[in-house]
Amino acid sequence: MDERERLELYEQKVLPHLDAAYNLARWLADNDHDAQDVAQEASLRAFRFFGSFRGENARAWLLSIVRNTFYTWLRKNRPAEKLVEIDDETLAVEDGSTGAESANAPFADAEAVRHAIAGLPVEFREIVILREMEGFSYKEIADLAEVPIGTVMSRLARARKLLQKSLTREFNPGDQR
Amino acid sequence: MNCQQAKPLIDPYADGELEAAAILELEQHLQSCSACGIAWRNLRSLKKTLKQDALYFTAPHELRQRIKSELPSPARGVPPWRAWNWNWLTTVMTGATASLALLLAVILTRPSSEQPLAQEIVSSHVRSLMASHMLDVVSTDQHTVKPWFNGKLDFSPPVKNLVEQEFPLIGGRLDYIGGHSVAALIFQRHKHIINLFIWPAKENDSKPAASAPLQGYHVIHWSDAGMTFWTVSDLNEKELMEFVRDFAAAGPVKP
Repeated sequence: MDERERLELYEQKVLPHLDAAYNLARWLADNDHDAQDVAQEASLRAFRFFGSFRGENARAWLLSIVRNTFYTWLRKNRPAEKLVEIDDETLAVEDGSTGAESANAPFADAEAVRHAIAGLPVEFREIVILREMEGFSYKEIADLAEVPIGTVMSRLARARKLLQKSLTREFNPGDQR
Repeated sequence: MNCQQAKPLIDPYADGELEAAAILELEQHLQSCSACGIAWRNLRSLKKTLKQDALYFTAPHELRQRIKSELPSPARGVPPWRAWNWNWLTTVMTGATASLALLLAVILTRPSSEQPLAQEIVSSHVRSLMASHMLDVVSTDQHTVKPWFNGKLDFSPPVKNLVEQEFPLIGGRLDYIGGHSVAALIFQRHKHIINLFIWPAKENDSKPAASAPLQGYHVIHWSDAGMTFWTVSDLNEKELMEFVRDFAAAGPVKP
């Protein structure tokens, strides 16, 4: 593949997923400036490594590069930010049942939801983004995030319980059960 | 089904990942148990909440511009035959099964001069299975296998363990292919042995391409980051391709 073919293919297959790349970077980095840096570097890396793209799912491939770029960036730029040691002992989330008589309606206040997502540990946040916003399957997320499927499932379940808890509190401030 | 059994199934059910056998039982439980029914409806609400468009950040225009300005911009204007050829290939790639596409890729792009090399790869694989000389270094640890090649080869092959992908590394070996010393990594899936031969590439990066099966063995080769890879196994082609993908995806070879 010569340079021109590579560029054409890249523009055709990879660049259409720039929104997804930026969205993931934005949720991980938590601000626009850093997210743009991460998304830009990841996109250019994707071009450099285009030879290793196997023609399967370009979006998943690009997002795995975004993810790796982000964690490298995090270590370099925010070394103080400790990744949460995730294990069942330290992050036990209590049973999701609230004892409520009826179910919650979807929360429409995007600002409050954004705040709740941003409050999740980053390893939980990325799984939520990949599952709910990008619609990847458990297997695809496991491949992309380089963790076993069981870990994807447990992180997702716990992230959801944390979100439900913080959103319920947000909407029922008196209800601090 | 009781609540204890139902609870861990609610998330996979909502994500469309619950196996068919369990769906019916869970649905019956959700109808009869109000606590689990509420948990399920809460989860559905949450999923809807997270999917709202307002939460999705779209790439700013200036980011798009900056990326385009950093990409090389060779003279445009593609010869029509090439454009045609590519479009046609895209259609085939998306429409046909992977194996058909691969077969076409082989026919279209593989010079027949690679056939003798494929034969040599298969012969070496068979020899490694017959003799007691399959492994020079027996280790499932990539950090043991990689240094073992130091001083035995004039290059450092990428060594990865794919335990999680169910292709555990079982060791390494020096081998001799195409007139050169090469690294051979040995992986296993169930009872099937996979040999992966690695040496410095003379050609540009290329996508994995399957050669025609030889003596019942499947052979796939590709080039990436300056290395040529040939892998061979009695695994079916689909699983061997999965191995190739997992190997390539496991931590890209850093520049």
